[in-house]
Amino acid sequence: MAFFLPGVSHAQATPTTANWISSPGVIGTLVLIGIVLLVAALVVGARVDRMLKDLRRANDAQKQKPTLIDHRGLVSDATSDPDIPLVDEKKTVGSLAMDVPEGLRRMILWYLGSAVIWLVFGTLVGQYVGMKFVWPDMDQISWLSFGRLRPVHTNTVFWGWASLAMIGLGYFVVTRTSGASVPSLRNGWRALWLMNGSIVLGNVLLMAGINNGGGEYREYIWPAMLPFALGLFLTFRNFYGTVKRRTIGEIYISNWYILAALTWTLVLVTIGYLPWYQNGLGETVIQGYYMHQGVGMWFMTFTLGLLYYYLPSAFNRPIYSYSLGVLAFWTQMLFYTMIGTHHFVFAPLPWWLQTVAIVFSVGMFIPVIAGTTNFLMTMRGSWSAIGKSYVLPFFLVAVVFYFVGSTQGSLQAFRFTNHMWHFTDFNVAHSHMTMYGIITFALWACMYAIVPRITGREPSQLLVGAHFWMAFIGLFAYMISLMAGGSIKGLQWIDGKPFIDTVIGSRPYWIWRAIGGSLMFLSHLLFAWNFIVMARRDRHAEHPEQLTTEPAVLERSPVTA
Amino acid sequence: MFNFHKDHSNLVNVSLVVFVGLSVFVAVMPANDLATNNAPLPSMPRMTESERRGLAVYVSENCAACHTQQVRNIEMDKTWGDRPSLPSDYHYSKERQDVWRQSPSLLGSERTGPDLTNAGQRQPGELWHLLHLYDPRLVVKGSIMPRYGWLFEETTEPTPDAVVVPVPAERLRDSAHKVVATQRAIDLVAYLVSLKQAPLPDGTAPGFLPSPGRKESTASMTRPDALPDGGSLFVQTCSACHGAEGMGLPGAFPPLAGSAIVNDADPTLMISIILGGYDARAEYGVMPAQAEQLSDAEIAAIANYLRSSFSNDAPPTTTEAVKTLRSTVAPQTAILP
Repeated sequence: MAFFLPGVSHAQATPTTANWISSPGVIGTLVLIGIVLLVAALVVGARVDRMLKDLRRANDAQKQKPTLIDHRGLVSDATSDPDIPLVDEKKTVGSLAMDVPEGLRRMILWYLGSAVIWLVFGTLVGQYVGMKFVWPDMDQISWLSFGRLRPVHTNTVFWGWASLAMIGLGYFVVTRTSGASVPSLRNGWRALWLMNGSIVLGNVLLMAGINNGGGEYREYIWPAMLPFALGLFLTFRNFYGTVKRRTIGEIYISNWYILAALTWTLVLVTIGYLPWYQNGLGETVIQGYYMHQGVGMWFMTFTLGLLYYYLPSAFNRPIYSYSLGVLAFWTQMLFYTMIGTHHFVFAPLPWWLQTVAIVFSVGMFIPVIAGTTNFLMTMRGSWSAIGKSYVLPFFLVAVVFYFVGSTQGSLQAFRFTNHMWHFTDFNVAHSHMTMYGIITFALWACMYAIVPRITGREPSQLLVGAHFWMAFIGLFAYMISLMAGGSIKGLQWIDGKPFIDTVIGSRPYWIWRAIGGSLMFLSHLLFAWNFIVMARRDRHAEHPEQLTTEPAVLERSPVTA
Repeated sequence: MFNFHKDHSNLVNVSLVVFVGLSVFVAVMPANDLATNNAPLPSMPRMTESERRGLAVYVSENCAACHTQQVRNIEMDKTWGDRPSLPSDYHYSKERQDVWRQSPSLLGSERTGPDLTNAGQRQPGELWHLLHLYDPRLVVKGSIMPRYGWLFEETTEPTPDAVVVPVPAERLRDSAHKVVATQRAIDLVAYLVSLKQAPLPDGTAPGFLPSPGRKESTASMTRPDALPDGGSLFVQTCSACHGAEGMGLPGAFPPLAGSAIVNDADPTLMISIILGGYDARAEYGVMPAQAEQLSDAEIAAIANYLRSSFSNDAPPTTTEAVKTLRSTVAPQTAILP
């Protein structure tokens, strides 16, 4: 061991661009990308395996057919192998439709519907600004210029898509796991309109050139953000009120995450917008804190809460370890809060603050590994289910990206990787890996799991599959192209290449990004269609007597304290 | 006492209190310290009214989406400034804008375009900035910056005091039109040209942390006779105006290909112009002095590159020649009357 130490410390003290590939952060990132590929291969393998089995079965059935022909005409079609897919496919439709109060059901669908509209709009804008890297002269309209549209994309997918989808899905979790109804549906609707209004107003102002100062995710000026904060407050009151009225002794772990996400985000928005400590670089400290916690305390915390409910229920298994969930909860709060400044490493901010940020970034391994372990162990033994339905691949991708995206983020805070990747397109790749790979895939998984259950309508498996693969391949192309392009650019900057050459050199990567982005956007159109199919009013809603079947799976979702 | 599993108010209160505590410690307190505990550098001029309006345009168009304004304390950022940025550098520019809008996030997180900390030092020509805003690809071929046409007006008869931008006629829809800069464009350029790092008293500037992997540069330092790469210096310093192919831009920047001054066997005039700047010809923009930006060896390297490129053909010069001329050429920092 002692023999290795000098070599190791030497490698860390003087990393060079010549052997950049052997830097720990880079190796770690490559391994993590490898994991994603492995998962994709696993899903493909499972699907192909199943397809072949089905084919073989069909062949066998055909071969056997002549022997089974019944000349008296009593039996018209027979098979010696009567199991899936007939039974499996059928049993998910209708019979599992759950008894959700009509008012709540309608409101949830409206939240999710708004979210879907914002997803399509927000990613259309994203696709458009992505293409501007390749064709900067696409238009000459001030309202559509890159600087103004970029925050429209980010804010729309943050506050419009992810937030509204999370809250809609959250209403189901909170009421279901508390065995209680929402105190005020009216406040739920008010919150929905306040938040939608905030996004419309904020986006129009951004395109008109009125923004708060350009800090990411707080580009809306405070009068535009205030309705959103009020919406969050009303949502908190509703969720807290539901948990308070619960008919079950324990507070299910999902509700820990969801209530905390709302509390923390209200604090966050308040701190982010109050003026007194934000002149000079004070603003920069708050910016690092705000943009990081926006992701960590709002999207990540809330989505983890959703996963703790929807994932075990979709697999019909208890969560592997309740205690790991609790550990992840408290460490998430402790570590995530401290690391905002890692967005400003080497900036003129206090050195101690940067050190704290880097150290706690590594600490993030604890909640991430705890969470990932918990989810994967919950899924264990259900791998064969991957071949049967696309809900599970969506969950699997979200969980794997939770591990990959979060650890990759920690590696990015390292000294050498920060040198190489900061300010480059790599950051954009990272944020899509997390906001898209984790949050968006998880929200899709939850929506595909629950919407058919509350409406009694299933989308076509083929279209769900097309959505999955287009989104996944699109994301992968997007991520890899920007990671490669960003790394090359960073190395060239370190080597002192002329700046404009690094811009010209990025073009092929930006073209691949636009291709990946197009796939992602097209998959969202399919998703919107699938959502329409799922959300259309079903006869079950009008004939509640058909819903007497026990709402089997979700009701049993386990509390094993 | 803390039964989080069964007591919802305990759970929410504890997570609220701890989070607020951590936030105050890691965000509000350091922010407050930085916001209240800094003063402008003595050498920093106050922002003029026009520059402040220009900053508002900069924020409104969200230039910070692509341009950073922070020179980090690592060697690779030396390209963007003479010293790492300090909190005091932002004293005037990062004040709260008004009751609706907060202090602008100038530091940025993406360097899709160049860092602008020292933009005014690198490129003091107002004409260049106006052309660049009107159509970046007029002056920087590979640029992907948007065109800011809405900061300009087209007219057939500009008023006498209008700032006319010399856009080549073939780039206009109607060749009889003239492009006139609006007040917003003029303000924005005033702001961009004002972006200069204020000098610190000698010896107090914090240093850069060495960048990983600059082996070749230290190697070339050990051979004093070796000149740096003139081609890449030309691209960094000169090509924005004179063009990557040395063709210039008619009506704004003179060509270097085939230039009599460049091809002169005696490099004296050429080196003097690089050192001290040039404003002798009315039909072209002002050339800023480079004496403070470039070392003797760098100027010699650029001169030699020019004298052997773009079909130019003249004998090479030396670092010593530049050194001798540097003492005779008065640094003309202000060429305009």
